[in-house]
Amino acid sequence: MEIFNHNSNINFLGMRKYSIAIAVFLMIASIALIATKGLNYGLDFNGGVSLVVDYDQPVQINDVRTALAKGGVENPVVQSLGGTREVSIRMQPKDDPASVQAGGKVNLDRISADVIKMLQVSRPDAKVKSKEFITAEVGAELRTDGMWAALFVVLGIGFYLGIRFERRFAFAAILTEFHDVLVTLGILALVQREFDMTVLASVLAVIGYSINDKVVVFDRIRELFRLARKAEPEEILNRSINNTLSRTIITSLFTSITMGALFFFGGTAVHGFAVTMLIGILVGTLSSIFVASPILLWLGVSKKDLMPVTRENPELARRP
Amino acid sequence: MSDFPRWKYALVAIVMLFGILYALPNAFFPVAAVQVSANRGSAPIDQSIQQKVTTALTAQHIAATNVSVQGDNLIATFTNGDTQKSAADAIKAALGDGYSTAFKLQSTVPGWLRAIGARSMPLGLDLQGGVHFLMQVDQSGVADKQETSYADDIRVLLQQKNIRYESVARNPVAGQGIAVILRSADDRSKASDAIANEFTDLNVANGTSTGDRFLLNVVVKPDKLRQLARDAITQNLSTLRNRINALGVSEPLIQQQGDSRIVVELAGVQDATEAKKLIGATATLEYRAGIGYAGDPRAQEAASTGNIPPDANLYYMRDTRTPVLVSKRVIVTGSQLVDASSGTDTRNGTPNVSVTLNAAGAKKMGDFTNANVGKPMAVVYVERVTDTKIVDGKEVRTSKDTESVINDATISSPFSRQFETNGLASLKDASDLALLLKGGALAAPVDIVEEGVIGASLGADNINKGFSAVMLGLGLVLLAAAIYYKLFGLVADIALFFNLVILVAVMSLIGVTLTMPGIAGIVLTLGMAIDANVLICERIREELRNGSSPHASIRAGYEKAWATILDANVTHLIAALALTTMGTGAIKGFGVTLMIGILTSLFTSVTLTHAFTALIHGHRKLKTLSV
Repeated sequence: MEIFNHNSNINFLGMRKYSIAIAVFLMIASIALIATKGLNYGLDFNGGVSLVVDYDQPVQINDVRTALAKGGVENPVVQSLGGTREVSIRMQPKDDPASVQAGGKVNLDRISADVIKMLQVSRPDAKVKSKEFITAEVGAELRTDGMWAALFVVLGIGFYLGIRFERRFAFAAILTEFHDVLVTLGILALVQREFDMTVLASVLAVIGYSINDKVVVFDRIRELFRLARKAEPEEILNRSINNTLSRTIITSLFTSITMGALFFFGGTAVHGFAVTMLIGILVGTLSSIFVASPILLWLGVSKKDLMPVTRENPELARRP
Repeated sequence: MSDFPRWKYALVAIVMLFGILYALPNAFFPVAAVQVSANRGSAPIDQSIQQKVTTALTAQHIAATNVSVQGDNLIATFTNGDTQKSAADAIKAALGDGYSTAFKLQSTVPGWLRAIGARSMPLGLDLQGGVHFLMQVDQSGVADKQETSYADDIRVLLQQKNIRYESVARNPVAGQGIAVILRSADDRSKASDAIANEFTDLNVANGTSTGDRFLLNVVVKPDKLRQLARDAITQNLSTLRNRINALGVSEPLIQQQGDSRIVVELAGVQDATEAKKLIGATATLEYRAGIGYAGDPRAQEAASTGNIPPDANLYYMRDTRTPVLVSKRVIVTGSQLVDASSGTDTRNGTPNVSVTLNAAGAKKMGDFTNANVGKPMAVVYVERVTDTKIVDGKEVRTSKDTESVINDATISSPFSRQFETNGLASLKDASDLALLLKGGALAAPVDIVEEGVIGASLGADNINKGFSAVMLGLGLVLLAAAIYYKLFGLVADIALFFNLVILVAVMSLIGVTLTMPGIAGIVLTLGMAIDANVLICERIREELRNGSSPHASIRAGYEKAWATILDANVTHLIAALALTTMGTGAIKGFGVTLMIGILTSLFTSVTLTHAFTALIHGHRKLKTLSV
């Protein structure tokens, strides 16, 4: 079975003006979105209290909000956790002043007891299923750690590609990677999906996935350059993308299938992970096809950069 | 003809067998169990205890699947968590205080699998429920304590050397050192020499002088402070371990994270309050004059009649619970204790504990022991546990002191700064005592910066959902690959299935804790592992289109795809490596899973499929390939 025409010869490089323009636009839009709307940082990063409350009978989210408002909790984040009997409540400890002890220490048991009391006024069947408290400092540290990890990935991959290929490839890969992460984050900011630890892990995994994709195309570029007698860079790049097109799309489909399974059956704990990965796969696949190679062309890659280095013996060179 | 060497077939077969064997333990679900162990001083676990437990359980109509003695412990297994809880209560009531019970998940992995080192993956808290704490160790407290103690010592030293000083004062900010003010430049240089000679861990420098005030700045060397900080964490870890053991949690996880944090994970515990009370408890020590010995007639009488001499307190020994009378007079307190370490007595070879006091404590101890040779001295251990209760809507904090005597001994000769407690029963007793002396109190205060309780039902939910996500993800990819690449797709399917098996086997063998992000990592690995086969199959199709023969296409397909697969996987591996450097458990678990998955998939997708492909196509003349 074949879905894609193996003789496809789409002139991807011909569209480079448009594709790069779109990529640049997406990046600027993402920066603007992250700057204005911001990422919807979750408990892991912002600190706070999170409770999962279970009801014996179905419950309306709005009823939960009303009950909390009556109890004096301002702006709690109440979400349904799949189904109608389980809700997650997120709040800052300062919303329940009685729970903050001298020295700023927070009594989690107290908060959970207070909240459940508020909820049980109207719904005696409410029960706390899990509770969690994270201080803001821990969250801030995690953010810095995440940034370092991302930097480590980018530099590590750049270094490897620089050795195995050539510095232009490394540069193009890093630039495209930057685009992928930025656009993924931009989409997350746009839809205001909660950004928690599993999403951070997913963003870092997106880098891994997307670099994988680029390397496959780059590998073909290197191979074709070495094989071709007369190598017009634009033609080589186009052929490489077309040759690998079927693989690029099939792999992204296969990976998307598993992430879809994770989304629909893995439960709320991994929703964010699966969604981010799906966004990342889409962005990464498109950028492998439309963005990475134009950058390579723009950097002026040529056949002679990729020929295996023949070792010259300085001893021989010196002889007359 | 086949171009696939025999040794590679053997390797593939061995690895497949390894994967099946070591992944197998995960198919045996652990059962709820209660573990009973004897406290010190109680009779060891034997048949009679087993008899008692069985009788107690039958009396309460609790059905145990098995009750058996395993080593030093008695293990009773039950069909579910509810019976486990009521059984623990029944056993506790039947055996009394001399034995402690703990909830446990008892492995059901058969003995022959355990014999080859195969075991199931430990489950993270999010998969089995429990409490976790992340604690920040307050290191400034350590520097603070040290500076105060050095300031005392410097004062004593200057007095001993007859150097007149105006003041020795700690800088109010911890870690900023001690300011010594002297009356003349001559005194200052003498003091400087004396301090530098006596205390090698201090840096001494002249400060600015005004009029007749000559300043000497003394700071603790950074090396020493770093070492103290490290010691503080280690000591806190052991203190916490001791305290949590008292909670009766089997296999608690107590680990250092980063420079100054401690993670505590207690699986199966649902009530965080009790755990927090113990963890946050502050304990102090007091050396007091003894009145008698543990269990002597006077103490026994006082315990039974309640007539306690007015100058004495009646306490019980910490482990044997025998009564002992102790004077109300405190000689030195734990804050004056600098160090305690266990060892063996050089003279008679019995285990001992040597204790070092600071200058102030040494003086008091010297005065007391000079006058009381041959009399007893006791160490009283005071544990303060703060309990917060809500009474009439108001918060009432009550603190309860529990006092016990951890050691009583006879003063054989006068001593002051350093002394030894000899004649302890065993080396373990000696190290326990040293630990209690030193570690009874936390070396540095801890703050809980993160805390969570995960309900047991939530854990069970997560396991079920995670399992179905893995199975469904795997199933769909298997189906898609088989449809799209036909026979080669089926071969890739075998490889993908074994990738999952080997990944689980390696994770189990290394002992990676399985968490929800880890399951996400497994699913992602499955999705991406098929990539190598897609590359190979696409290559083979290309070769076929270019007119190569089937066998040549297979060979060229694998050869040419290999370079790409390697580059793609190495870069992917770099990304996974970065994830494992992230301090936090959840992301780390994901990264480790991904990393192992990349490595196993490299083997299964390339070598394993090649073996199967060679086996299927190797000795036949082929016209076409099913790809």
